[in-house]
Amino acid sequence: MNKYLLIVTTLFFSLSASAQDKVEMADLMRSNGKIYTVVAVCLTILIGLFIYVFSIDRKITKLEKEQSVK
Amino acid sequence: MVNKIWWKILSFLLLVYTIVAGFLLPVPRLNILNETIRNLYFHVCMWMGMMVLFAISFYHSVKYLRHQNFRSDIASSSYAALGSFFGILGYATGFLWVNVTWVTDQGQSIGSVLKEPKLIGAAIALLIYGAYFVLRGSFTDIDKRARVSAVYNIFAFAMLFPSIWIIPRLVGSLHPGAPGSDSGNPALDRTDLDSTMRMIFYPAIIGWTLLGVWIATLKIRLELIKNKNIINE
Repeated sequence: MNKYLLIVTTLFFSLSASAQDKVEMADLMRSNGKIYTVVAVCLTILIGLFIYVFSIDRKITKLEKEQSVK
Repeated sequence: MVNKIWWKILSFLLLVYTIVAGFLLPVPRLNILNETIRNLYFHVCMWMGMMVLFAISFYHSVKYLRHQNFRSDIASSSYAALGSFFGILGYATGFLWVNVTWVTDQGQSIGSVLKEPKLIGAAIALLIYGAYFVLRGSFTDIDKRARVSAVYNIFAFAMLFPSIWIIPRLVGSLHPGAPGSDSGNPALDRTDLDSTMRMIFYPAIIGWTLLGVWIATLKIRLELIKNKNIINE
């Protein structure tokens, strides 16, 4: 009886080890909400980058207008 | 279309979506890759963007050879520059990704990583485009520079086919999609990529590519202002 139990439990453990949900992921970051900080940081950089590119775009448009007047 | 604002805003919205959904939505739990699977939305998009930018550059080179318009020369060189920049970013991000997956987790030696056909192919492609800028820089005559570099650019684009699309799929590779591995073509095959990831991956490609096109158009417009005296309209 004990032998069978041992086999079953080892089988169970080896199965659960190979199962997909045992793969280590950043679940802690998701559960305590720190992932939102990462998203916020990346968004800030992205927004800053786009504001910068937009301002260059506007400056070039202004230069183009000045040139076409001349 | 180029001077309209809607596609610039679209690019911004798609990239905001990429970051929010890309970090927060669930991804398949896979060994070795773990959370780095999310790099698909950034690293792979750089290469996709590079291909599109090089294709636009190729289009403008052909256009230059047909009509000898200096504007097309400026356009093709600017798109090639942005494409190379995306390629370098793809290389740099891939380098970081290699460090945590192939080298440490898969136990590959640096030697086998260096033999990786996609790395070599991409390096060849980028070096060919590097030579394009060396070639451009070595001319003093503007017309000759435009014509020779347009011809060379067509060759460089043609070399992209074997170096990054054909050869890496013929020989063994650590990248997914190599013969022998069970994945076919994970970037584009409908059955190989998780459906949630596809929902983010395709908009991400469009967003990053539009950003690249936008910066390239800024470069073109600046060059046109600088060379106002050469272009007589």
